[in-house]
Amino acid sequence: MSFASVVPSPGSLAQGRRLLRTALPAISLVLILAGIAWMNPRAISYLGFNLMLNLAIPIALATIAQMFVITINDLDLSIGFFVSFVGCVTAVWLADQPELGIAMLLGGILIYAAVGALVYVFDLPSIVVTLGMSFVWQGLAIMVLPKPGGHASEWLHRLMTFHTPFVPFPVIAALVIAGVVHVGLMRSSYGAILRGAGGNAAAISRAGWSLLKAKIVAFALAGFFGVLSGLSLIGLTTAGDPNIGAGYTLLSIAGVILGGGEFVGGRVSPVGAVVGALTLALASSSLLSFMRIPPDWQVGANGAILIIVLAARALISRREA
Amino acid sequence: MERLLGKPWIWSFAGAAVVFGVTIAFTGGRGAGGMLSATLSLAVFTVIVGVAQMFVITLGPGNVDLSLPANIGLASAIAMKVMAGDDAMVPVGIAAAIAGGVAIGLANYLLIRALRIPPIIATLSASFIIQSIDISYGRGLQIKPPPGFADLTSLQVGGVSVLAVVTLIFTIGAGVVLSRTIYGRSVLAIGQNPRAAWLAGVPVERIRCLTYILAGALGGLNGALLAGYFRGASIDIGNEYLLASIAVVVIGGTSVSGGRANVPGLWGAALFLVFLQVMLNTFGTDAGPRLVLTGLVIIAVIVAAGARRKFGGARRPATDRQALEAADAHSGTS
Repeated sequence: MSFASVVPSPGSLAQGRRLLRTALPAISLVLILAGIAWMNPRAISYLGFNLMLNLAIPIALATIAQMFVITINDLDLSIGFFVSFVGCVTAVWLADQPELGIAMLLGGILIYAAVGALVYVFDLPSIVVTLGMSFVWQGLAIMVLPKPGGHASEWLHRLMTFHTPFVPFPVIAALVIAGVVHVGLMRSSYGAILRGAGGNAAAISRAGWSLLKAKIVAFALAGFFGVLSGLSLIGLTTAGDPNIGAGYTLLSIAGVILGGGEFVGGRVSPVGAVVGALTLALASSSLLSFMRIPPDWQVGANGAILIIVLAARALISRREA
Repeated sequence: MERLLGKPWIWSFAGAAVVFGVTIAFTGGRGAGGMLSATLSLAVFTVIVGVAQMFVITLGPGNVDLSLPANIGLASAIAMKVMAGDDAMVPVGIAAAIAGGVAIGLANYLLIRALRIPPIIATLSASFIIQSIDISYGRGLQIKPPPGFADLTSLQVGGVSVLAVVTLIFTIGAGVVLSRTIYGRSVLAIGQNPRAAWLAGVPVERIRCLTYILAGALGGLNGALLAGYFRGASIDIGNEYLLASIAVVVIGGTSVSGGRANVPGLWGAALFLVFLQVMLNTFGTDAGPRLVLTGLVIIAVIVAAGARRKFGGARRPATDRQALEAADAHSGTS
């Protein structure tokens, strides 16, 4: 006879709370979905998910981009206008002059990598450098496409509006993104180095790994996923606009944090980030419109969700401590 | 001269002078006076938010107020609505705008404290909500500022904006507060080492709370003044001050890792940023290239400042990473 089965040991209690904390992003998503189902049961269908989650894919990709930068304790305030820039390049050149378009997008990733190097070499605050870069990307986007227009390549549009059997395409896309990045960042050996560069830079550097390289890789990956975000956005909207991604900077940061990411210490979660992005996309558009709340409060709803989830997390952590 | 060059703020003024010089050379000396007084009037708004951001950033790593643009937008709407075009209501309108800012600052602090989240996320979430309040509160708001208030914000005596003179006195006051009062010294102490400050008896949380409230109040004041100067409120009236407030603090020589503030540098950096816009306008640059150049110049200046800090004189305190590396090297040899 032991009491272990009756009274949970402190260890398992703490473990339970850690589990609860990890499950928090998923719980928020389920709650939002439950709210939508309660208000409009017809939305929970193949077509409904296709409509509600369509624009969540570019947001999820931008959130993954932001997550790589947050992994190494930096913050990217330029991702929104970078997505705009990618969108404009895609709409103007990718369909008709693919070589030029691809070269421009690769150039964008290279500039991202260079920003990472700059931040490390001169020990600069990333928020200031990326704020400056946001002006650069916005300016370049306007230079590429002064007025909304252009068109998406046929293949891109087909891919983004692809009708998969049984499970809606956005759901599959979200699973694939989360899975691929999870394996890359959480299971691979270089992924561990990247997270280590955020968690304990001194230890990583003492173990002989280059912190400069880690910064460059993290920023380049952010650029790469930013490119994917812009491509998928244009595949959906079929036209470019220099302001198309303006809101993505704040959404992406909110998504990472909602998904259980921490600002410092390399504690991030790719699966959580994708779930966070889906939660924000669903809550700010679908849930509000079903609740007949005016779109004025869309941004505010994002803020409120962020605060509620963080409050829940603080509550759990406080008990844990 | 040696001592003057050692001052971190001298560089921002030098930058401003260079940009102004280039512009004047381009126009062949025409319009120099007008350009100077216009720049001075516009720089005022950047300096006010700069002071707000400087106090917050000086609290130490991670402290930053991202809600300032939303705060400014909401305050501009509050001020215009309360004043309702009546000159007699100007003081009440300004007070209401400042009160709104104080409430935002308090909310920011409570979020940071109660949820134990980094200030960046707290002020970001707050700014989402403030934006929505502003959209809903200021919908279709087309109230012009009272004529007396509008004139006051652009009043000039001998080409010098009166508001600029008042702001200059205010910044001198801010400098005195920072270096001579218990509150200011506490802010610096917390920025240098919050634990040491706490052990020395500094009421760390009270000072942090006061600082976020101060930043909010200054944001509110700035919103009211901007609405007067630009003849009306708007939601995105404060948008450009997100970059501007952080950039003037960094370019002006305030330490990003906290504990060291620089008031004169704010003026130099603000003048530099406004001169830069005036110069690009004078050159007739299109919107796209103008944005690209603004971004690149800001990054270049910050890189230059960083390079000086890292590779320059050894008398300056080491940054976090340098200290880390030094500690590393030390433990490696022992």
